[in-house]
Amino acid sequence: MRERLVIVGSGMASGRMLEHLCRAMPDAFDITLFGAEPHGNYNRIMLSPVLAGEESFENIVVHDAAWYTQHKIVCRFGETVTKIDRARKVVVSARGETAYDRLVLATGSAPFILPVAGKDLPGVVAFRDFGDVQTMLAAAETPGANAVVIGGGLLGLEAAAALKKRGMNVVVLHLMAHPMELQLDATAGAYLQRALESRGIKVHCLAQTKAILGNERAEAVLLDDGTIYPADLVVMAAGIRPETRIARDAGLHVERGIVVGDDMRTSDPDILALGECAEHADRCYGFVEPLYEMAVAAAHTLAGEQASFSPAKTATNLKVTGLSVFSAGNFAGADENCEPLVFRDPAARIYKKLILRGEKLVGVVLFGDTADGTWYLELIRSGASVADMRGELAFGRTLAMREAA
Amino acid sequence: MNMQAPIAPAVRTTCPYCGVGCGVLARPDGSGGAEISGDPAHPANFGKLCSKGSALGETLGLGTRLLYPMMRGTRGELMRTDWGTAVSKVADGFRSIIEQHGPDAVAFYLSGQLLTEDYYVANKLMKGFIGSANVDTNSRLCMASSVAAHRRAFGADTAPGCYEDLDEADLIVLVGSNAAWCHPVLFRRMLESRERRGTKIVVIDPRRTASAEDADLFLAIAPGMDTVLFSGLLAELADRHTLDFDYISRHTEGFEAALMRAREIAPSLESVAARTGLSRKDILAFYELFRTTKRVVTAFSQGVNQSAQGTDKANAIINCHLAAGRIGRAGMAPFSLTGQPNAMGGREVGGLANQLAAHMNFTPEEIDRVRRFWNAPNMATREGKKAVQMFEAIGRGEIKALWVMATNPAVSLPRAGFVADALKKLDLLVVSENVLSSDTVASGAHVVLPAAAWGEKDGTVTNSERRISRQRAFLAMPGEAKPDWKIVSEVAARMGFGEAFAYVSAAEIFREHAALSAFENNGTRDFDIGALRSVDQGAYDALDPVLWPKRTKNGPPETRFFANGGFFTPTGRAKFAELAQPKLHGELSSEYPLRLNTGRIRDQWHTMSRTGLSPRLGQHIPEPFVEVNPDDARHAGLRDGSHARVRSVHGKAILKVKIEEGQQRGSLFAPIHWTQANSGSGRIGDVVVAVTDPLSGQPEAKATPVAIEPVEFPFAGFILARKRIELSEGLSWSRVAVEGGEGVLFAGTQNAAYWRAYLSENAPPDANLIEYTDDAANVFRAALVRNESIELALFVAPANKAVSWNAACAAFANGALSAKERSAFLSGRSLDGQADCGPLVCACFGVGLATIRAAIESGKAASVEEIGALLRAGTNCGSCKPELKRIVNDVESARVPQTV
Repeated sequence: MRERLVIVGSGMASGRMLEHLCRAMPDAFDITLFGAEPHGNYNRIMLSPVLAGEESFENIVVHDAAWYTQHKIVCRFGETVTKIDRARKVVVSARGETAYDRLVLATGSAPFILPVAGKDLPGVVAFRDFGDVQTMLAAAETPGANAVVIGGGLLGLEAAAALKKRGMNVVVLHLMAHPMELQLDATAGAYLQRALESRGIKVHCLAQTKAILGNERAEAVLLDDGTIYPADLVVMAAGIRPETRIARDAGLHVERGIVVGDDMRTSDPDILALGECAEHADRCYGFVEPLYEMAVAAAHTLAGEQASFSPAKTATNLKVTGLSVFSAGNFAGADENCEPLVFRDPAARIYKKLILRGEKLVGVVLFGDTADGTWYLELIRSGASVADMRGELAFGRTLAMREAA
Repeated sequence: MNMQAPIAPAVRTTCPYCGVGCGVLARPDGSGGAEISGDPAHPANFGKLCSKGSALGETLGLGTRLLYPMMRGTRGELMRTDWGTAVSKVADGFRSIIEQHGPDAVAFYLSGQLLTEDYYVANKLMKGFIGSANVDTNSRLCMASSVAAHRRAFGADTAPGCYEDLDEADLIVLVGSNAAWCHPVLFRRMLESRERRGTKIVVIDPRRTASAEDADLFLAIAPGMDTVLFSGLLAELADRHTLDFDYISRHTEGFEAALMRAREIAPSLESVAARTGLSRKDILAFYELFRTTKRVVTAFSQGVNQSAQGTDKANAIINCHLAAGRIGRAGMAPFSLTGQPNAMGGREVGGLANQLAAHMNFTPEEIDRVRRFWNAPNMATREGKKAVQMFEAIGRGEIKALWVMATNPAVSLPRAGFVADALKKLDLLVVSENVLSSDTVASGAHVVLPAAAWGEKDGTVTNSERRISRQRAFLAMPGEAKPDWKIVSEVAARMGFGEAFAYVSAAEIFREHAALSAFENNGTRDFDIGALRSVDQGAYDALDPVLWPKRTKNGPPETRFFANGGFFTPTGRAKFAELAQPKLHGELSSEYPLRLNTGRIRDQWHTMSRTGLSPRLGQHIPEPFVEVNPDDARHAGLRDGSHARVRSVHGKAILKVKIEEGQQRGSLFAPIHWTQANSGSGRIGDVVVAVTDPLSGQPEAKATPVAIEPVEFPFAGFILARKRIELSEGLSWSRVAVEGGEGVLFAGTQNAAYWRAYLSENAPPDANLIEYTDDAANVFRAALVRNESIELALFVAPANKAVSWNAACAAFANGALSAKERSAFLSGRSLDGQADCGPLVCACFGVGLATIRAAIESGKAASVEEIGALLRAGTNCGSCKPELKRIVNDVESARVPQTV
């Protein structure tokens, strides 16, 4: 008899794991897949283009019904798992218990909702799933409607740009001094802010949200400094936190996320965790590349093979609303041994900063022209000396690697 | 490239640069420019042009031109005025000074760049109507020693040979001549003789120049010791029975005394070797070649002339040719290569202070003859002041008014700083110029007159072989510019001499000049072009290049002088010169332990007012430099590419150091082209001593005692700009024409932060700044961009890490650049995917060092010829061939494993 594999969460990380598993050992498990959303695996990263009207939802679906059927996966979409009973090796959902031999938790993360007055009013929405997108699209249908996006990280800016494109007046409120401060230094952040502003998106930095105002539904956002922005729609994009409740309740080791080893096993060897809900070596991950690496490791573990998730130094390599940004390594370059090389072309909205320490490249942030990002990442990873090409390094691989005449 | 149908027929004219006098075909493009090519029918060059001549089309722009008369206003600034006012100011100023202080209180300082007709009129005004002989010319700096030697030996300033002698010679000895760079078309002719008939080439020069690269024998002679070598040769000819006793006895005098003196100067081979610094073997090899080769041309130039004993040096050479009878016959001549396009024409009209006119001197008989011819009221009766003495007299206040035409004495005279200061003391300084700004104009000129330039003016020039060629106009005169003869004539008229200066055309002046040459001549004077005294306008316009003398229309052609004697001395015999013991004038000392030699570089001419406009020519050597022997460099603590101060008792210059094996120990070389107008501190004239030859008055420009010391400029870089930019003091800089604008190379103590501030202060409000900073490494590169085009770019870095500007120049020339290209621009690397082709070697085809090296290294070319076939380098003017050969050798020797 085949082992029963239950997977909680039908997002991108578990979807990728299933692909590896089904390819490597197609008939090893009886698989049951739970998903809180009413759909299977779709490319969540592509929700922004869907919101912007550049892409349809159908086109971002990764696994359709036929795929699940083909791989004999029992789908339990729209059904939230509420409890794990480790002693009896069952999970509990609205429709009862489901037994497992091996369990994979891929519960993802939940948006962080600011604890302010009015946060529960209609018109206040997160930006996590296709349902949120549908809510926002409905709000955008009113001509001249106002949207306030709280959070100037990647997600918030993408929502802002999409809503602007849908015809809304958009204000982004950001707590920090420049947008995307986790990925960009102050200059790149400023370039980004200028680029957004030139598209008519107001970015209000150092904005402390005090309350969401409104009677029946959201009408405005009030800041600490007294500023009021009218808001028919308020998008909460102020961060995410790993969704760990059922794991914690089941007594698994949970810190910020569900703690896993290199083989993606939790403190219970029959239970694996991966994706945004997992915490490896004191880190949680939000970008897709390490999550896919986790998927490979988890598939290997389930297949009984040696598995080791060892996250490489990663880079942020993104298009924010069509604007390319890239950062990797110690791009802040704050310590005194760091020597920055800086290129600026404000009119073309191109900015590059490379941080050297000694003869090595240790960090990079690029705005506008990110073509050489992966090369810089290689240099950071390899730790090779760049002393011989210091004068050309900032201008990219083609020029720097060319033999000097 | 689109081949456009020629808009106008080509105009046959003559190149405005060196004394070769090449024929040029100029095909005007109808918009102020012209397509330039060599004139295949001209006997000086048969269609060839050198790099400078080939680039003439790039020098026709009006951006730097003086287009209107200007006068200094009350606040000291030059302001535009009208011709009437300017002419009155000049004429009245001269007249009142002459009235108060006499005619010797005024002077003209002329130029080998003037046409014969201009020269003639200026000389006539001063010597016949003002009544002074204070007319001298920059030929004093160039040819005067040859002139004096010719006169001493031949009784007249006669160049006995012609260019065909170079085709017919079996031995060509170049003395003090870097013909490969300074007379490239003639040098190529010499190389062709070698290929055709096996002509041997000997180069005698303290420096291993580009000419020496191609020599069969190179003698790196000690500075100033040419006379020892040639005295030794004369003794050797006598000892080895190579004298032509028949010629000596029939056509010369003074041989015994001259030989005795030569034996005193060169008593033994050992003594010659010791004093010249040459090996006995090399000396004997040279003597043997000279002795055993009948057809010998000894071509000499500034290394002989620019010396306090320049006349003796030239006579030492002439003595040998006379003694061996090697003169006046095919392939046999002592041959002075003149520096300027019309040095010879100036000598014909008497443009030097110690000549009167038409090869006549200040004898009572000749003064009277010229007086009668000119119907002159105020004939000068004695020699005037020669250039160096003229400016000393200005410094002392004795000369109070000076008119400078077509030259830049504040740069080119020795002690240039003193000269510039002296000019400021004048009551009236008049400058006839092509360009708006020059060091001479900046020395307080009161009136600046716009003279017609090459391509606009019309007249004749005479080259080194006595060949008169037409310079013809092919462009309209811009602004209010006028020909020099016309300007001088108008001033003369205003001074009350209208009748004698009522010229209406250059042809009319030429006829008068020709008539004077024949006036009461009857074969007594070498210079006689009587056959041309009645050319009408049509004949003048159609005049083919013609050798003088041209005494009568149908007389036999006279191409060479003196094969059968016929000298112009009172006895009709050539005079062997008794020479002084050679000794350089300035003593070396512990304070000034080195000798400074000066000279030209391949792709620039004089003070660059014309060649400096050509981006192509600017690429060969863009900065003023000093060549230093490796040992001297080590001793002085100099690195190649660093900067050094070269200092004499008179002044200093700051130059870029080039360490060269070919530079003799104890001797430095610096080029003459840089001025205060085009460089911060590269004007070498400030350093040169003003010691002159007692006979010729020519200054010793090649042996100044100097010191050299390192100047630390921690930072270096460059600026590229669309418009002229002014730089602050305290910076070493030089201006270079670049495609699309102007470049400045600089070095100084100003760091990246300084330049960043400079740029933001000078940024127009509508320009975008793009920049690259590496603060830790003190690197700053930036560009001001307007309409996608780079308006101004600035690169600065620590001096030892400075980025080459070749790639940036290429991108700057492009005009509009995409954002990606702008970013790449600041990398300093070339944009087009091609490697940076390096400093320019072949100016004609724009082939760079890196390209050439790559061709050799890849095995695609292994010789100069193969490089030519592959890259075209060296196949036009050929003046880079020595450099190509050196590159081939360098690359090959680097490839061969070194064995110990």
